[in-house]
Amino acid sequence: MEKIKNRILEVVPEAVVVSEAPLTVSVPPLPFYDLARRLRDDEDMRFDYLVCMTGVDEGESLGVVYHLRSTVYGHELVLRTAALDRENPELASVVDIWATANLNEREVFDFFGIRFINHPDMRRLFLRNDWVGYPLRKDYNADEKINPVRLESEETIDVAPAYEASRDGEVEEIEHVLFKEGEYVVNIGPQHPATHGVLRFRVQLDGEIVRKVDVNCGYIHRGIEKMCESLTYPQMLALTDRLDYLSAHQNRHALCLCIEDALQIEVPERVKYIRTIMDELTRLQSHLLFWSTFCMDLGALTAFFYGFRDREKILDMFEETCGGRLIMNYNVVGGVMQDIHPNLVHRIKDFIKYLPPMLKEYHEVFTGNIIAQQRMKGIGLLSREDAISYGVTGPSGRASGWACDVRKIHPYGVYDKVDFKEIVREDGDVFGRYMVRMEEILQSLHILEQLVDNIPEGDFAVKTKPIIRLPEGNYFRSVEASRGEFGVYIESRGDKFPYRVKFRSPGLPLVSVVDLLARDGKIADLIAVGGSLDYVVPDIDR
Amino acid sequence: MKYEDFNDNEYLEELRKGGVDVIVGKLDELINWGRSNSVWPLTFATSCCGIEFMAVGAARYDFARFGFEVTRASPRQADVIVVAGTIVHKMAPVLKRLYDQMADPKYVIAMGGCAISGGPFKKSYHVVRGVNTIIPVDVYVPGCPPRPEALLYGMMQLQRKIKVERFFGVVNHKQPKSENPDNEK
Ligand code: SF4
Repeated sequence: MEKIKNRILEVVPEAVVVSEAPLTVSVPPLPFYDLARRLRDDEDMRFDYLVCMTGVDEGESLGVVYHLRSTVYGHELVLRTAALDRENPELASVVDIWATANLNEREVFDFFGIRFINHPDMRRLFLRNDWVGYPLRKDYNADEKINPVRLESEETIDVAPAYEASRDGEVEEIEHVLFKEGEYVVNIGPQHPATHGVLRFRVQLDGEIVRKVDVNCGYIHRGIEKMCESLTYPQMLALTDRLDYLSAHQNRHALCLCIEDALQIEVPERVKYIRTIMDELTRLQSHLLFWSTFCMDLGALTAFFYGFRDREKILDMFEETCGGRLIMNYNVVGGVMQDIHPNLVHRIKDFIKYLPPMLKEYHEVFTGNIIAQQRMKGIGLLSREDAISYGVTGPSGRASGWACDVRKIHPYGVYDKVDFKEIVREDGDVFGRYMVRMEEILQSLHILEQLVDNIPEGDFAVKTKPIIRLPEGNYFRSVEASRGEFGVYIESRGDKFPYRVKFRSPGLPLVSVVDLLARDGKIADLIAVGGSLDYVVPDIDR
Repeated sequence: MKYEDFNDNEYLEELRKGGVDVIVGKLDELINWGRSNSVWPLTFATSCCGIEFMAVGAARYDFARFGFEVTRASPRQADVIVVAGTIVHKMAPVLKRLYDQMADPKYVIAMGGCAISGGPFKKSYHVVRGVNTIIPVDVYVPGCPPRPEALLYGMMQLQRKIKVERFFGVVNHKQPKSENPDNEK
């Protein structure tokens, strides 16, 4: 770390080291782009994975925080920069360094109005094009009259604005043409059964061949991050379950870990076991739902009933212990809401015996089917480099040969004590992503097997203060949710409300590769690609 | 809540207490019997409640038992739209258009806190506070998400509502404009 710090100071002498662990460096906007490039390319740094990108309203200026990680060395770095002019905030875009910045920068523009120079497409990402103001700025005017519920659809724009810097540093606005006159564009969504929720694609077709996919998000943008700024920490917890409701326990686990880290609370061993068990059960039910809906997308309707039948068994366990089937509200700061139900242990044991024969049946009815194989194999190839550059984590990233499992990289809960295999495949196609999930089901069962008999006695929560105030500082924690790395970034100024909260959703990178994967394939393959990425739309939009 | 206090919308049947014409009434009953037992929902879900809606459609709860047979992907073929999930500003025009595209007679079930009032996201800058501000709602099913049984109960309430409708000779919703909150908006 010392070495990296010195390297950064060497390249940018004006940089300020804000904190040592994790290494946080504040860089002025001008040399930022060159530093970013060096950070990714230099042999001894190789920060090739942009984990999370967060806009922050810092009062005088509008800042952006970049969380970087190296997939080669595993070291981590937090970079901060800020646009000083509030009226006309501009920063250099890093799209050509990390491809995942594309949608992330559009998100920052949407929320804070920071324009990124040399970004190809500066449209709003979530809000309507005619939205007034930038909602995550602290001086945003939330008056209903300014932005009423409009019942006429927004105009679809085919020419996006973009900003380019000429050689002498002048910034000029240019036009970025998304779809040219005369091109055949088909609209899919937001209400379409195969988009898994309210996601909208605009697809340019040439006969049956997809030439370009333009993703339009925001049809379920609920403004969770802004809401969190006026909620206390325990209140905030309720919203994480509703982001990616198929990873409810894991999302909440991440937020609890982040708060516990900041408060330096050590949770009892029993809590760690319970949380890990719940995380794995969540992963199981999510992968079962993936199997049901993915097969249904490819035309196998029976699979839907099989998958849901088995998933109900897990929901029953959740219901007994937590009281909820889908939204459980179980993890709390310092532990869990209540102790596990006495039935849980034997139910899990029964389930471990029950599922493997069912999986065999799944493979018999679907995986081996020749039609299914032809629709999956060799379709939607994602290379390892692209997976890293776009930040595609979780089963989809691992299917491209990138070992990105947070349970292995930064073990939390009791993942360091259990033995399980990280499923990594090299194929990178739809079939690979499908198989990774199917094999992860077995691994999850294996983890449960090791834990379920060994839950230690003890408390199910530690006492926390009635009013939780996080010490001033920035905190970031991530967990492996069902769809990839789910991170929580909290910036605290010492109040009982957070100053800024950002959720690093696994979903946003997943949709950002749809264009890459579906391009030049058949339109039917677009559905297979979307299904195999298995995004959850409220998680993308937050 | 005590069991006796449970109010099962008894007023619904009272609507027809005054008696109906023999022939027309029988015809009405026949048509309503058919319609109420074949209410096909639209495949529409925006968020968490949608997963529970799917679960109710799957084998364990199986709303097909009560005549909700299959979900239809096209609004032209659907009779009821179950608004399952949060409706945000950007989605509002789309929901309105979906509703307008459905053929009459059409019904709306608001499922979950979000669809009823904005639910946990009531304070958000981008969430519509209740779908009844956009489209008229027939049945509200509270919960976050509602239990499958609750949704089934709500759907059966809709069937009861359909059963007291009149097809011949009278107008069903003869409310003056001012009394109907849906018209004001
Ligand atoms: S009511 Fe609750 S479960 Fe339903 S969509 Fe809203 S947040 Fe999700």
